[in-house]
Amino acid sequence: MTRQPQSPSWRAWLTTDTPQSRAQARLGRAWAGWCAFRRNRMAMIGLLIVLALVVVAALAPLLAPHHPYDQDLANRLQPPTAGHWLGTDGFGRDILSRLIHGARLTLMIVALVALTAPVIGLVIGTVAGYRGGWVDAALMRVTDIFLAFPKLILALAFVAALGPGIENAVIAIAITSWPPYARLARAETLTIRHADFISAARLQGASGPRIVLGHIMPLCVASLVVRTTLDMAGVILTAAGLGFLGLGAQPPLPEWGAMIAAGRQNVLEQWWVAAMPGLAIFVVSLGFNLLGDGLRDVLDPKGD
Amino acid sequence: MSAPMIDLQSLQVAFGHGAQRVVAVDGVSLRVADGECYGLVGESGSGKSTVLRAVSGLNPDWTGRLSIGGTDQTAKRSKGFFKTCQMVFQDPYGSLHPRHSVDRILAEPVAIHGLDDADGRIDRALREVGLGPSFRFRYPHQLSGGQRQRVAIARALILEPRVLLLDEPTSALDVSVQAEILNLLRRLRAAHGLTMVLVSHNLAVVANLCDRLAVMNRGRLVEELTVEALRRGEAHQPYTRQLLRASQGYDRATADSFRDFA
Repeated sequence: MTRQPQSPSWRAWLTTDTPQSRAQARLGRAWAGWCAFRRNRMAMIGLLIVLALVVVAALAPLLAPHHPYDQDLANRLQPPTAGHWLGTDGFGRDILSRLIHGARLTLMIVALVALTAPVIGLVIGTVAGYRGGWVDAALMRVTDIFLAFPKLILALAFVAALGPGIENAVIAIAITSWPPYARLARAETLTIRHADFISAARLQGASGPRIVLGHIMPLCVASLVVRTTLDMAGVILTAAGLGFLGLGAQPPLPEWGAMIAAGRQNVLEQWWVAAMPGLAIFVVSLGFNLLGDGLRDVLDPKGD
Repeated sequence: MSAPMIDLQSLQVAFGHGAQRVVAVDGVSLRVADGECYGLVGESGSGKSTVLRAVSGLNPDWTGRLSIGGTDQTAKRSKGFFKTCQMVFQDPYGSLHPRHSVDRILAEPVAIHGLDDADGRIDRALREVGLGPSFRFRYPHQLSGGQRQRVAIARALILEPRVLLLDEPTSALDVSVQAEILNLLRRLRAAHGLTMVLVSHNLAVVANLCDRLAVMNRGRLVEELTVEALRRGEAHQPYTRQLLRASQGYDRATADSFRDFA
């Protein structure tokens, strides 16, 4: 066999200094980022936790040993046993199965907030930073007003106005969490708006929207992704907090915060009812934090 | 002289308001003929780059009259202006977007002006500045300073402008790379009949590339002369002669003889 083994050749294709196509150049960059990310062991642990959350959520019906709503009043508040690995709650429902199905709710909340709040913040921050003047002043004062409220209290007010439920909880969290992203995006924009490459784009006749979308946003996205990942733990906690207060997911939905609230009456005698969902929140929040730290090392342009 | 390509009359540029108002350029008038290369020389803060930024449209706060290619310009420029007049910046490390590949950098002006055959244009532009097609999909961090400046020149030329403004295009580069870029610019000027305005503090660079030059000090135009006259040492103004002496190197006697021209 004279042929090179497969793996070095595709690695060479990815790491070449002279890519032949747009796709190869882009994949090469992604590969370099992945190599840097892989060296950070804690970040890899975070990535594994987040991936595990995704897998569990996707395969929830297959993984859960019981139905999350099946009540068995004869077996309520059982400690962890072979039949119920994490015990049962006040209605005799299997806590492990409810945690597994709750992963779907948690993931949905995280995904919806991650897709809305940073995008709103990015648009408002970059437009304010690039346009300056009265546009900047107006947008930033609105941001200041939102920042002046405590996040959970403002979310509570929104949920109270919109009515309890998981969708409204997501909307409330998104509405209350965009201002820090707007601040961050504006700060990044201010540092690059007078750069020569922005002047060069203006001299080519590029319009304001083209410069903001094509030249400024790509440079802000990295720090925003990092910030979003780090904030995801807070989002999970806020959602759990709303659930705990009875304003988020409604029974019998197996939302982790609501599960802690349900276990509150028995927390001294049957600690596992509240502790198991708490543990799940803790692990997933930790996973997002570790992932965010690792992403910052890879993506933050200031680290170059 | 045929109609000038660049006609600048009593240009004044001021920054700030009230007590903090600083007049950076005060009543500069000059004409650059079609196909001519014109040098603007002066020390740091003399206002030479400010003149260039006003001409390019980057600085809207100027008064006076400015006409390019026979068309009077205002603070706001049309798309057609940008197709006529392009600029190359001093620092090739700051003038290329760090996350855009060479391909994207060169495709952007083509897309903005809605020109056809983007692939062909990019290939031609890269070949013209002496970079092969292998550079097309690289990112700026994979290029040297000289290669970056070639990409910046290719970006300026891809719209086939008639006027090229050069803001110290070689001062951030090694001496050997400087010569390469100057040769490239001379070749491109001959090939396209470009009108160039070169801003530099380096008299040697200006003498190498330009036909005529103007010396600026404290925002005013001190003297205008041809490069031949400069070579023959026929500068009339004492400031120009001092600048010439400074460019020939320093010794104690030269440094002691310098005075401040207010």
